[in-house]
Amino acid sequence: MTSSAHAAASPRASSWANLEEAILPPVVGLLVAAIIGDILILSFGQNPGHVYRLLIEGTWGNAYGLGQVLYKTTTLTFTGLAVAMGLRAGLFNIGAESQLAAGGFVAAMVGLLLPVGLPPLITLPVYILAAAIGGGVVGGIPGALKAKFGAHEVITTIMLNFIVLALLNYLVSAHVRVADSLHTADIRTGALPRLSQYVPAFHGSAANVVIFVALATAIASGWFLFRTRRGFELRAVGMQPDAAEYGGVRVGNVWWQTMTLSGAIAGIGGLNFVLGYKHYYEEAFASGAGFLGIAVAIVGRNHPIGVVVAALVFATMSQGGLAVNAVVPRQMVDVLQAVVIIAVAASVPEVRRMLLRGRAAGERS
Amino acid sequence: MIVFAFLAQTLRIAIPYLFAASGGVISERSGLIGLGLEGYMLGGAFCGALASYYSGSPWIGLVGAIAGGIALSLTYAVTAIRFRADQVVVGIAVNLLVVGATRFFLRLAFHSSSNSPRVAGFGVEQSGSGVVALVGNPLVWLGVLAVAFVAWLLYRTAFGLRVRAAGEHPVAATSVGIQVNRVRYMAAALSGILASLGGAYLALDQHQFTAEMTAGRGFIALAATIFGRWDPVRAALACLLFAAAETFQIQLQGAQLIPSQFVEMIPYALTIIALAGVVGRAVPPAALGRVME
Repeated sequence: MTSSAHAAASPRASSWANLEEAILPPVVGLLVAAIIGDILILSFGQNPGHVYRLLIEGTWGNAYGLGQVLYKTTTLTFTGLAVAMGLRAGLFNIGAESQLAAGGFVAAMVGLLLPVGLPPLITLPVYILAAAIGGGVVGGIPGALKAKFGAHEVITTIMLNFIVLALLNYLVSAHVRVADSLHTADIRTGALPRLSQYVPAFHGSAANVVIFVALATAIASGWFLFRTRRGFELRAVGMQPDAAEYGGVRVGNVWWQTMTLSGAIAGIGGLNFVLGYKHYYEEAFASGAGFLGIAVAIVGRNHPIGVVVAALVFATMSQGGLAVNAVVPRQMVDVLQAVVIIAVAASVPEVRRMLLRGRAAGERS
Repeated sequence: MIVFAFLAQTLRIAIPYLFAASGGVISERSGLIGLGLEGYMLGGAFCGALASYYSGSPWIGLVGAIAGGIALSLTYAVTAIRFRADQVVVGIAVNLLVVGATRFFLRLAFHSSSNSPRVAGFGVEQSGSGVVALVGNPLVWLGVLAVAFVAWLLYRTAFGLRVRAAGEHPVAATSVGIQVNRVRYMAAALSGILASLGGAYLALDQHQFTAEMTAGRGFIALAATIFGRWDPVRAALACLLFAAAETFQIQLQGAQLIPSQFVEMIPYALTIIALAGVVGRAVPPAALGRVME
């Protein structure tokens, strides 16, 4: 092979290899999960084919199921993007769970203060800002602690999860809840329309227009990461903080700013439940969506497109669990989700080495 | 007498923390992040209850718990070491796995989505001062022993020296002939055993397994590990401190001096303060979370 031909071919070849490297681990993860799923279903004395068919019928097979999948996809897209944004900068944000809750809480408080009856078009930007501030503050604290004191963000975000959730529980139970409930009063202004208003078939499902905010956030994240100088600096810090610092990037600033941005993205996800679905803040509404965001980011390989696809997959599994619950315990999908995460995390380095070896062999021949 | 009851209740609450934090110390000192402690505890509680139910003996229950703890911690260690998976990701996934799996097998084995039937346990049937129940429960003594055992192992044995070398400077450890990965597998298994015994204590004390009965105790143990600066004795003191705060809150429940949520925050807030280094900075083992190339 001549050198010029090689140079012409290599960009395409490398982008193909990158795609392979990105997609192979999730495929491996889903295959392993399917096998473990078979074993669990058989252990319960059921037919795997039958259960998987039920799972698909209950999610993608009817409009209500699909609506529920889209609703869950929305929250997971936000938390997945939040975690992915951090990981691109080399930061592990385990705090999406409490950032999501704080975003929803602040938005709900603003909603209760706003005059009644404003149209959503005016209130939506206000709510987005409020939720972003709520989540951004909770995300920014561990970012600042890392930048200033070197406190590892994995531990501080985990610890802050407990602190923030306890604080929110206190505020709700002691100050703003409706008697004998775990939620605030109804928000009477700027409630966001459900998708069933436009597509009647979705009737009864919680899917609402926040899904469009989620998609817009995914596009904006991709643009920010790959098309702006700030995004480039963020990724540079993620790959080689020392080199980035030497190249003139203020690494500490990137750390706390990225954590704030990550928290803000997770916080906006709170709107999906608080303003799109229930129209009040309720204790523990996040119910694990923050932790699943880690899974979504890992399986989506920290790329906005991957995150949206992974959110769809995990949302389908979560909703599918409810669809099969009469036949096998729905916790089967919790197990399978964990299996997917472990298998993907374990196969990423393996696939990378395999492809490197393959490429080296290809260049020798 | 009030003081006595206070101390007894504190120790009772501290026992699962002591087990799990001892496991956390040994794991993190070897270089493996201890994020799976919560999962090992819950897995130990379930396997302990299951084995006790089918055998009728709480001692067999302990064997079951240990088996579960080893299986989970080695799953974590193999994916983190052999497959070089990110330790934070796998640690969190192990916790999610155990929450789902224990509920799944709860329905499979006992046809219940919330709790197991009554199993043979160690707790004495009375809830007075709790002192009798405390002294009569062998796991209480075992929990205190676990701290001494890990302290002895870490600082007085060749294995402990290898564990510390693996966690601080794996390359140097390798150059003097230490098989770092083997040491880490053993440290992981040990942490799984210890944490699962903490979980078994909960199930066998209450004579049944309840879904998600560990309720974040593994993370409090992790907080104690860090707040105790990765030292077994200091981590144990942190466990006692956290347990005393809880006891205080329980005893004062009627008085409503401080909202319970603020007492809940104490372990986590102290850990963040320790990590930020306001009073005597907590510095983790140098090679924590890094796998040998």
